[in-house]
Amino acid sequence: MLTVTGLCKTFPGVRALSEVDFTARAGEVHALVGENGAGKSTLIKVLTGVYQPDAGEMSYDATPVRFATPLQAQQAGISTIYQEVNLVPLMSVARNLFLGREPRGRLGLIDFRRMHREAEDTLRGLGIRVDVRRPLRELGVGAQQMVALARAVAIDARVVIMDEPTSSLEPREVRTLFGVIRTLRERGIAVIYVSHRMDELYEICDAVTVLRDGRVVHTGRLAELDRLRLVALMLGREIGEVRNEGLTKFTGSHDTAAQPVLEAEGLSIRHQLAGVSVSLRPGEVVGLGGLLGSGRSETAKAIAGALPVDGGRVVVAGEPVRGGSTAAAIRAGISLLPEDRKTEGIVPGLSVRENIALAALPGLSRFGLVDDARVDRIVDTFMKRLRIKAAGPHQKVGELSGGNQQKVLLARWLALHPKVLLLDEPTRGIDVGAKAEVQALVDELADDGLAVLLISSDTEELIEGSDRVIVLKDGAVVRELTGDAVTEDELMRAIAAVPAGGHDD
Amino acid sequence: MTELSLARGTVDRDRALRLLQDYGVYGGVVVLLLFNFVFTPYFASAANFRTQAVQVAPVLIVALGMALAIGTEGVDLSVGSVMALSTSLLSLYLGYGPWIATLIAVFGGVVAGLASGALVAFVGVQPIVATLALMVAARGLALVLLPQLKDVHDPGLAALGSGDVLGVPYLVLIAAALALLVAFVVRRSTFGRQLLAIGDSRPAARLAGLPVRRVLVVVYVCSGALAAIAGVLATARLTASDPTSLGTLMELSAITAVVVGGTPLRGGRVRIGGTVAGAVLIQLLTTTLIKHDLPPSWTQIAQAVVIVGAVYAARERGKR
Repeated sequence: MLTVTGLCKTFPGVRALSEVDFTARAGEVHALVGENGAGKSTLIKVLTGVYQPDAGEMSYDATPVRFATPLQAQQAGISTIYQEVNLVPLMSVARNLFLGREPRGRLGLIDFRRMHREAEDTLRGLGIRVDVRRPLRELGVGAQQMVALARAVAIDARVVIMDEPTSSLEPREVRTLFGVIRTLRERGIAVIYVSHRMDELYEICDAVTVLRDGRVVHTGRLAELDRLRLVALMLGREIGEVRNEGLTKFTGSHDTAAQPVLEAEGLSIRHQLAGVSVSLRPGEVVGLGGLLGSGRSETAKAIAGALPVDGGRVVVAGEPVRGGSTAAAIRAGISLLPEDRKTEGIVPGLSVRENIALAALPGLSRFGLVDDARVDRIVDTFMKRLRIKAAGPHQKVGELSGGNQQKVLLARWLALHPKVLLLDEPTRGIDVGAKAEVQALVDELADDGLAVLLISSDTEELIEGSDRVIVLKDGAVVRELTGDAVTEDELMRAIAAVPAGGHDD
Repeated sequence: MTELSLARGTVDRDRALRLLQDYGVYGGVVVLLLFNFVFTPYFASAANFRTQAVQVAPVLIVALGMALAIGTEGVDLSVGSVMALSTSLLSLYLGYGPWIATLIAVFGGVVAGLASGALVAFVGVQPIVATLALMVAARGLALVLLPQLKDVHDPGLAALGSGDVLGVPYLVLIAAALALLVAFVVRRSTFGRQLLAIGDSRPAARLAGLPVRRVLVVVYVCSGALAAIAGVLATARLTASDPTSLGTLMELSAITAVVVGGTPLRGGRVRIGGTVAGAVLIQLLTTTLIKHDLPPSWTQIAQAVVIVGAVYAARERGKR
């Protein structure tokens, strides 16, 4: 149905896709998987005409095509359903279904009766029962997604691309969605399904293509690929590959007998976390493992008060911390280095100096006035200690390299003398030299008695950097690796494990 | 400001635009001053400068608060109505003496600021909508308190409105003092630093544990208080309270002064010096056109040109 061969796409400084071959066949649900930065979204954007490929052929129904705009792709019958439903929330379900192609009566007015009848027929055909006269926004997210799907089918889509459709759905809604997907498959529609939920992939998908670093590392029938192998392919690690431990390994050197400084119990957030418990001891680096979307960042954010939790509590050094408040968490000694450095970390328009001092300002002020001499001293200390390369303390942070921005952020948190440091992807997108420096620094901080929670998609970094690894899957802890079990093999086995009770609905 | 860019030519466009944004407003003030010295009769007199300065003082004070609001990526549309509310309260409580009445008037501004600040910070209403609500509400309240124009006969207020120290009117001294105070707060206080961080990147500020909501509320309270002070001063100068017309379109003059002064609307940067110069520039522009007998519509067109120029310069900067 839709085939691409030798697809290449380069962004300034990044090879997003290289020599990618991909085929979506009619009547087949094709899983597209890969970790962050693997090139999934770029591939989808090329398929839907958002990006133009630099090289490679694309053919649709055995004829070569080139989509210059998303509209062309849509008209050709390629529909994309995003996580965030892109429909008009205030209009009725029926109007959304028929948006832009409403049935007209005499005088060119919309024939509402016919529209409602046809809308009901279409939805019933997919096994969805809703009142088509109600505004779309009154429906649950799941039902809205069904409407988006129905719309895709109604406009004669022949290829439907679904980007993490289940990330905000209830188990019951997931069942309905899968029902609809099966209907689509029977109608001979090619479905491209992007998700990280292993169980869903094995339930609904026929074929799979694994991307890593912009390349296809595997493609074939999903049933022929066991879970462990799939995880290994996604993470780019070989099973049973004996690694010479101790090259950069820090494990074991830290005192693990001490009382935990941080205890998080039963953290729950709807759709995201289901009772995650984590405890950290002083001087210990604990890794949070798992695939993308398993709830790693959410756990860190929940501990740091940046995400309001529905349940669970956080205790630091015996004192409970008020949830949902970053200020309270910071006062308790918890610091979070956020995953999205550019939008959640740095304040780009302010100088290096202001950025470092930002969180510590109240402590560096007298009567509400900033004590410049003390700020200068601290900024100077950290710029030297972390070897921040900038034209000077007054350079704007937005102008620094990624690695130096990250160091500025670390300095901001260290200036607060935290007890617990949560690092979310501390080395992503920074150059090799800075990466090694940050890794060494993490080790040094743990030696100084700081409790560190490390999140990394780089399994090597995670395994070698951590004393223990807590493995998350679909928002819950599935295993804790300790001592000799802290290996990439065990990590992958834990991620790939089939849940004991099958589906939880 | 356009004159400057022409003089610089196309040598280094980026640099020129940057300079234009940073110093264009000062250049504009100088150019207008020189123009008037040469072409406008009786311009270079102490009396004229005095008039100009007294006229610009209330706008300037309001613009200071506006600059803070814009620095947080917000805006305060209620300033003009808060001036009206302040003048109503002032004449209502004048019986208790000018000091008490002034305090009550400023308190009214603080309450209005608290209301819009709370809407913005706690309810999460966009600043433009929240302050629009207050703009309507405060004007309405002002008219309920004082339905029509009322003369204000108070020797204390009269002295405030027309008195001076060594030839410098009180109004101007107060405006200058407030400008210095606000500049100092932005530059040196914890609050000022936090304000800029919040305006530049709110998610980052929140994750850094800054008291985002408190800072936002304080910003709108400051804006309300400054507008109320401007209302008191305007009343003192006019020796009358006129809640129907006092402060109408003041929010636009203040926004103009701030934007022309080089404070970007996307927040993260507050230029108090530029704001002062922006207010002065608009005042001079108006005067120049009036003194040369051009109709008021020309003034508005000229203002529009200046605003477009300032926004153009800011836009180029933002894309960098």
